[in-house]
Amino acid sequence: MNSHSLDYQQKTLLQRLNWQDWLYALIVVAGSVFAYVKYAQYMDIYEVGFLFGAAALFSYIGWQWKRLAKLVLMVGVISLFSVSLYHGEQARATQVFLLKYLISSQSAIMWMNVFFVLAMATYWFALFKRSVFTGKVATALTWSAVLFGFVGLMVRWYESYLIAPDVGHIPVSNLYEVFILFCLITALLYLHYEQKLNTKQLGGFVLLVINAAVGFILWYTFDRQAHNIQPLVPALQSYWMKIHVPANFIGYGSFSLAAMVASAYLLASKGFLASRLPSLEVMDDLMYKSIAVGFAFFTIATILGAMWAAEAWGGYWSWDPKETWALIVWLNYAAWLHLRMVKGLRGAVLAWWALVGLIVTTFAFLGVNMFLSGLHSYGTL
Amino acid sequence: MNPKLSLTKNLFDLLSSMRFAVSLLSVLGVASIIGTVLKQNEPYENYIIKFGQFWFGLFEHLGLYDVYHSGWFLVILLFLVVSTSLCIYRNGPHMIKEWRTFKEHATEKSLNAFSHQATYQLNSDTSATSDIDSVKQQLSQFLQAKGFKYKFKLQADGSELIAAKAGTHQRWGYIFTHVAMVIILLGGLLDGNLPFKIQEILGHKRIETLDIPESQVPEVSRLDTNNPSFRGNMTLPEGSSGSVAFVRVRDGYLVQELPFRVALKDFRIEHYATGQPKSFESDLVIIDPDLKQPVTKTISVNHPWTYKGIAIYQSDFQDGGTKLNFKVWDLFAHNTQTQPLAGAIFDKGILGNGDDALKVEYNDFRKFNIINMSPDGKGKPHNVGPNVTYKLRDNKGQAIEYVTYMQPMQIDGRHYFISGMRETVSDDFRYLRIPVDNDFGVDGFMNFRAVMLDASKYPEIARRIATNSLEGKKEPAVKKQFENSVVQLLTVFAQGGYNQIAQVIEKSVPEKEREGAASTYIKMIRVAAYEAYNMSLAANKKPLLVSSEENEALLRDSLNSFSDMFFYGSPYYLQLEQFEHKEASGLQLTKSPGQKWVYLGSVLLVLGIFSMMYIRERRIWLLLKPASSQVLFAMASNRKNLDFEQEFNLYREQLKSLLA
Repeated sequence: MNSHSLDYQQKTLLQRLNWQDWLYALIVVAGSVFAYVKYAQYMDIYEVGFLFGAAALFSYIGWQWKRLAKLVLMVGVISLFSVSLYHGEQARATQVFLLKYLISSQSAIMWMNVFFVLAMATYWFALFKRSVFTGKVATALTWSAVLFGFVGLMVRWYESYLIAPDVGHIPVSNLYEVFILFCLITALLYLHYEQKLNTKQLGGFVLLVINAAVGFILWYTFDRQAHNIQPLVPALQSYWMKIHVPANFIGYGSFSLAAMVASAYLLASKGFLASRLPSLEVMDDLMYKSIAVGFAFFTIATILGAMWAAEAWGGYWSWDPKETWALIVWLNYAAWLHLRMVKGLRGAVLAWWALVGLIVTTFAFLGVNMFLSGLHSYGTL
Repeated sequence: MNPKLSLTKNLFDLLSSMRFAVSLLSVLGVASIIGTVLKQNEPYENYIIKFGQFWFGLFEHLGLYDVYHSGWFLVILLFLVVSTSLCIYRNGPHMIKEWRTFKEHATEKSLNAFSHQATYQLNSDTSATSDIDSVKQQLSQFLQAKGFKYKFKLQADGSELIAAKAGTHQRWGYIFTHVAMVIILLGGLLDGNLPFKIQEILGHKRIETLDIPESQVPEVSRLDTNNPSFRGNMTLPEGSSGSVAFVRVRDGYLVQELPFRVALKDFRIEHYATGQPKSFESDLVIIDPDLKQPVTKTISVNHPWTYKGIAIYQSDFQDGGTKLNFKVWDLFAHNTQTQPLAGAIFDKGILGNGDDALKVEYNDFRKFNIINMSPDGKGKPHNVGPNVTYKLRDNKGQAIEYVTYMQPMQIDGRHYFISGMRETVSDDFRYLRIPVDNDFGVDGFMNFRAVMLDASKYPEIARRIATNSLEGKKEPAVKKQFENSVVQLLTVFAQGGYNQIAQVIEKSVPEKEREGAASTYIKMIRVAAYEAYNMSLAANKKPLLVSSEENEALLRDSLNSFSDMFFYGSPYYLQLEQFEHKEASGLQLTKSPGQKWVYLGSVLLVLGIFSMMYIRERRIWLLLKPASSQVLFAMASNRKNLDFEQEFNLYREQLKSLLA
């Protein structure tokens, strides 16, 4: 009888790790130690904390989600290779073949755009053809887009220092850069759930919102030359930016993901594509999980923002339009979660609400910068 | 039931209900939108212009110009505090009970009614006590392996219940998040303007709306150093000091006394290579009777200085009274005489004399102006140098605002001195563009302009044109007539430029011939301008213009500028020659005792949200029934979702093989 007792024993995380996991963590930590040794003089104590915090975080997430570990390693290798091709000269971005066509920051970002467009088309094709193989191709294309997007951001980070040492900064400082971040985070969140819940059929829906952002990036690049790296205004020169912005975009990304799943849910509940899409329960669950993640991170981001504001603007809350709209977004999802968790509400009402939530979120993210003025106007169109 | 009691109970039920809480969240959200759509805390004149007197008054009454500090908004926040507190009061004990209990009083009947349950048949010979004990042990091990805590309970009929729970810490999430909201809101209210509002209602305090020196502000509009929280501003010119901050309230202000004196030694702006500002820094000195000697520290954006609980921030900057030296040109004088004029920002001066005298109000000086001058707006912005903003006010009180750049600017490949004018703040500036001369100065145009205005020079100009263009025809009568018409044309042009000529044409030329006449006149003005310009150059012993495309453009620009002069609003062109820059640093001073509470609340909030969403409460009951050799398995969660279904199915199978 004792032989049964082993069947239900669950291994702890540490027990489940194999030598590859440890090797991965070792490489990540070694990378951060290398960065520390080389650039410690440019970092303040908080930034050193973030560096090693990030190493720990990415080790942990990589252990839980092996594909992400692969992504981290590949982003690292390709970015370092790209950086090595520059020889410290910005001009080589348009002279060296590999940089010009593949892995300079601008080219990599363009490849990201291309892969996202292809991925969307492929996902939809897979949905209509019910083709498992095509679905796998679409997933691979999305991963490729994410890989190139992150390489683009990493290399852009490096390029900003080539312009001038005092211009250099992490590429999450303006609307152009955060749109890329938005695409990447939304895609990663989706890929995570796709693997966990086996929902390749939803890819086409989620890629819609990502490709809307891609469209914006393209317009912003070609019409407004927004891809040019600009130095930071004094208010943005702070370690807070490194955590406030990514946390916020995990929030925005999750809310967008939830809204796109909601749209699929609504279609399926009306009978459209119902046989092709995952079951309503799965979509409902995914919508909830996504909003829960988004809400948690959006809360953290808003709190971090308040702390930053207390340091930069003289008060943790100034009722600035961006702050106020962040509050409105927060209240909106707080009410959503109340109804779902306490009242047990399910179904179409919450799906519609999640869709409306996307409009509110988009306004907070983009509309405030376009239509309202305030302290937070870092990205004008 | 006592009706009074039932009213209280109903009120309690309403206020502590989730429906009410969610409604409040919605109301708060909608109310917050108002303040983002309507720009807050603008000068009240702007609102009057925007809405008109009636709506302005109504909106003022509703407190829409400072929504977030209006009485009704504070009431919403207070209601949220009350409602959330009552929610905690009502549900808190239940949550704690749920957190502690194993629910070991569940009966077989109630377990059978569960949606998630299964029954296992044990081998018939396991009715022996020792075997039952071994099953019990196995099940305990199972629960332990799954992270459940459990408790045994012997039933009346001899069967034994194992009641188990996991993840009940989730219940703390509820308490944490809701307590957090109360703490955050109270912390925020502590830092808000509630104390002042109460004092204002009681008549103890009043805002000051007049622009008077700080020392004359009466006691009723001053806040003493004991004031627990405030957010005020202070503008210090370099080399000066202050011991009060100004707190803006609606259309007035309050004076906040500080327990120390702040002096500004130096203010610096650093720039990137592209000209954009890189850092704003102030070297501050704090002079405090409690200190043996003053302390010095440099603050910058993102790096405030907290002293005695008051945080001092680098907020903005402005001019601190820059000294200016101008050369004043009278645009309509027939000569090229200039007068010197000296002033300083925030000072006033006088131009001209008698009834025509104008008051000069020096408003602002900027040393750096980063402007994007490319026509499509796609080029890179760059620094176009200093400018000065001033107003010229006539004796009727009418003022025109001017902005004049010190250095010439490049527009479409040519260089101009730029000076803009506007009559009201809501207008855009209209610009006079004076082309630079060959020495990159303004003198060339000014000398040309003097010649063009001086009627005594016209016969000479006319004679030169006649000599050059009427070579073949020497008849004196024709020549004379031609010369007369040139003189006449120049006279008209001197009265109002192209515009004046257009008016004359409209009045005296038949409609069909107007176009022809206009082009003839314009050609002739061009030729005259060439002669006039060369006469002005000759008088100043400068090399004459030769015919070239570039000089052609210079003449065209000079004539345009001459015509625009008549719309400049005043005859005075103030050419900025020298300045002695003095800056003032804008500081923000805040005291916010609520901040630590808000942060504490924030930490609680995050902890609460994570435990609420990522700790899953699950309960398992295993009822061992020796009599029938059965084990009843039942499972429940306060949130039923996919994860729970999966877990239940897994356990059901695992238990099945365990008990087989």
